[in-house]
Amino acid sequence: MEILNEIRFSMPSLSQNESAARAAVSSFIVQADPTVEELSDIRTAVSEAVTNAIVHGYRGTSGRIDLVVRLLPEREIYIRVKDCGCGIADVKKAMEPLFTTAPEEERSGLGFSVMESFMDKLSVRSEVGRGTTVTMRKKLSVHGG
Amino acid sequence: MNIDIRSEKGMAIAVLKGEIDHHSAKKAREQLDCFIINMQPDVLAMDMSAITFMDSSGIGLIMGRQKLMKECGGRLEVRSPQESIRRVLRLAGIERIVRIT
Repeated sequence: MEILNEIRFSMPSLSQNESAARAAVSSFIVQADPTVEELSDIRTAVSEAVTNAIVHGYRGTSGRIDLVVRLLPEREIYIRVKDCGCGIADVKKAMEPLFTTAPEEERSGLGFSVMESFMDKLSVRSEVGRGTTVTMRKKLSVHGG
Repeated sequence: MNIDIRSEKGMAIAVLKGEIDHHSAKKAREQLDCFIINMQPDVLAMDMSAITFMDSSGIGLIMGRQKLMKECGGRLEVRSPQESIRRVLRLAGIERIVRIT
C-alpha cells in the first residue's frame, strides 16, 4: 500500500473522545480537499466506529482505541479503528441493520449501516476476547480547479 | 450540545444546538424526558436547524422521544434538519415514524 500521508493516534475509550476523534480525522483529511458532503460522511463513519468501540468493545470496562488515517494515491482515504475489547462473536449478525446489544442505551443498531453507506469499503475483523478492527476506505471525488 | 425548550398551549419547541453523538445524546435524553414527563405537551417539535453533526446516536434520541411522547398521548416532530442530518434520517427510514419538515 503506497501511503502519501498518515496520522496515528490513540485515546482512552471515553465518550467525550468521540468528538475529538472526528475533529482529528477531519483536520487531517482537509488537505485532500474533500467536498462538504464527503467530509461529513467520513466524520459520521468515524464517529460510528469509535462509538462502537466505546459502547460495545469496552462495554462496562475501559481500554484504548487506536486510529490510523491515511491518504492514499488517487484521493483515497483509509481509516482504521482498533480496540482491544470483548470482540464480536458473530460479525455478520452484528452488521445487520437494527441489530444492537445495547437497546437500553438507545443504540439504534445502525452504526455499521451508516459506515457501509457513507464509505466505499468496510471491513470488520474481530476475535472474541481480543478486540475488533474496523477498516474503511473512501475515494474522494475530483472537483473544482 | 445545548437545548432550549419553549412551550405554549400544549405546543413545545426544543431548539437543539451543536453536535449529537453518543456522548451528547445522554444529556439531551435526560433533559427532554424530564420536560416531556413534567409538561406532557401535545406536540414536541425538535428544531434541528442548528445541529451541525449527527450520527446514529441521534436516531436513538429521536426514536426514544417519539416512544415517550406516544406513551404520554402526544406526538413528536422533527424540524429543519440540515442536509447532512437528513441523510442519516433517511438511512434510518425515520420519516415513516416521525413527521419531518
